[in-house]
Amino acid sequence: MSATIQTLDPVAEQSTRLPPQMTSRLDGELLEVSMGPQHPSTHGVFRMNVALEGEIVRKLKPVFGYLHRNHEKIGENTSYLGSMPYTDRLDYFCSMTNNWAYALSVEKLAGIEVPERAEYLRVILAELTRLQNHASLLGFLLSDMGAWGTPLMYAFREREKILDLFESLSGSRMMCDYMRFGGCRVDAGSDWMERAKKIVDFFPRFLDEFENLIVENEILIARTQEVGKLSAELAINAGITGPMLRACGVNYDIRKVDGYGFYPRFKFRVPLGEHGDTYDRLMMRVLEMRESVGILKQAFEQIPAGPVMNPKVKLRAFRPPAGEAYGRIEGPKGELGFYLISDGGPNPYRYRVRPPSFINLTVLEDLCLGHTVADVMVILGSVDIVMGEVDR
Amino acid sequence: MESLEQIKARAEAAVAGAKIDIVPNPGPANQPSLLIDNEHAAAVAKFLRDDPALRVDFCSNATGVDWLDRTVKKTVKVKKVVDGVEKDVDETTEEKVPGFLEAVYHLYSMTHKHGPVIIRMRTIDRVEGARLPSLTSIYRSAEFQEREIFDLYGVRFDGHPDLRRILMWDEFVDYPMRKDYREPDDYEYEPTPHDDVLEKAKQHYSSRPQLDGAENITAQQQ
Repeated sequence: MSATIQTLDPVAEQSTRLPPQMTSRLDGELLEVSMGPQHPSTHGVFRMNVALEGEIVRKLKPVFGYLHRNHEKIGENTSYLGSMPYTDRLDYFCSMTNNWAYALSVEKLAGIEVPERAEYLRVILAELTRLQNHASLLGFLLSDMGAWGTPLMYAFREREKILDLFESLSGSRMMCDYMRFGGCRVDAGSDWMERAKKIVDFFPRFLDEFENLIVENEILIARTQEVGKLSAELAINAGITGPMLRACGVNYDIRKVDGYGFYPRFKFRVPLGEHGDTYDRLMMRVLEMRESVGILKQAFEQIPAGPVMNPKVKLRAFRPPAGEAYGRIEGPKGELGFYLISDGGPNPYRYRVRPPSFINLTVLEDLCLGHTVADVMVILGSVDIVMGEVDR
Repeated sequence: MESLEQIKARAEAAVAGAKIDIVPNPGPANQPSLLIDNEHAAAVAKFLRDDPALRVDFCSNATGVDWLDRTVKKTVKVKKVVDGVEKDVDETTEEKVPGFLEAVYHLYSMTHKHGPVIIRMRTIDRVEGARLPSLTSIYRSAEFQEREIFDLYGVRFDGHPDLRRILMWDEFVDYPMRKDYREPDDYEYEPTPHDDVLEKAKQHYSSRPQLDGAENITAQQQ
């Protein structure tokens, strides 16, 4: 082989091939593109105003509010119980955790105790929610990357089983409206537990299969590693939470920190990333699912018999004492919090949702700068947003 | 974590001139908060973030609260001479408390894993004086959330890098989360209006044009 090393100046070479008035570069000129709101990869009606230099993103401004219905105002005009089914519509993938976060805040506000069985049921349902949310996220993300259809269908097959469980327990697949302040709405029978156990036992097989397919895939690695890197300092300062924060190596899991529910009773590890890039964020979900399976198995063993609802709580005509409370849980997407101010009346004086997807979008511009348009979709997919929660 | 009194004392010592009050929380949640004066808010927040013992480096939640003007009735027993006899008479005095807008920040520490430290700031009034210093330069996570407070409550944040509407569209004029907000009469055509919808619709119909008097004939027959 003759080793002739040529130093190619791409601009000089192209300018010899192209007519003089046509150059492939937009020499410093920025082209403004409005990506969305109707775009298959924006996970809903979400728009990004992007300024491009060639194919490189130089500016990015997210624009949202297309789904805005002023959830908080509606919450101030309904009773405490009336807001519960409405929280399902925030992040419509994870209605169970939304219910829990709201119930937890009201319980803090009014000082309500929750029966033991109900706490276990909440943990079980929250972890099942985490499984189906992360599974479908992986499917969507691969779909954004061009693995069209197949991985998404694999993920949705598993999600479907969990949604069936939700349906037989609460009557609805996605809008569960299952939890109440002071417990849960209905008890889960032993047959439901058996079915849930079977599905959870089978879940690691899906994870193994999925991991085999994706983890060492060359295209996936090329598309995700070193793409959209987020530093730990910026992540903390920008209030990033959930798997996206832990992918930067920050050990902060509210299940461990606050120890709400019965999480201190379970043994589980908090997976941490190293690089904070898209690949780490993706793998964080896979690892978290494995931990969730572990928590579920422990919960199935430990769950006691008993009531699922605190009999002292009057759900209708519920009037908590005047005061305020901020309650938060580790939702699948990050810290989901509810801030409630009561003036002693039947409606909350202030009802605020702390939406993790909304705040995680703060750093979207920082992640995307210097990457190509195609990477923007992958980065956005790894942030894991649901517009119902972003716009509220 | 230190008690709120200790934090208050240390912050006041660290930031010269800062005036901090503790806002009690009567409910069972037991989450009292610190009311910080607007002038020194950024310095106090910086102290909270950078102090090695506190390190509340994570601003979890920032939100607005609207408090309307209200009158507080106070009943005081006053001794008065009625018909030459001294008697105890109840006298009610009404005190007007001007309304204000409030921004509440829930701060946690990711380094030490403690919290929350809740800080709040209050505007002078609900009209021109609805301004607060922005904490975005200290907590980046306040960027979108302060924009949201501006959008829905109309609090202008001085020093915010990009203060625009975020959830409502740019042409929208009012602030929908305020307690005295009235929605505009945005009339939509309804093919079969009835009851209150009909009443509302009537205001939007212009009177029928007089053409040749033929309409009046059918109108009289009824």
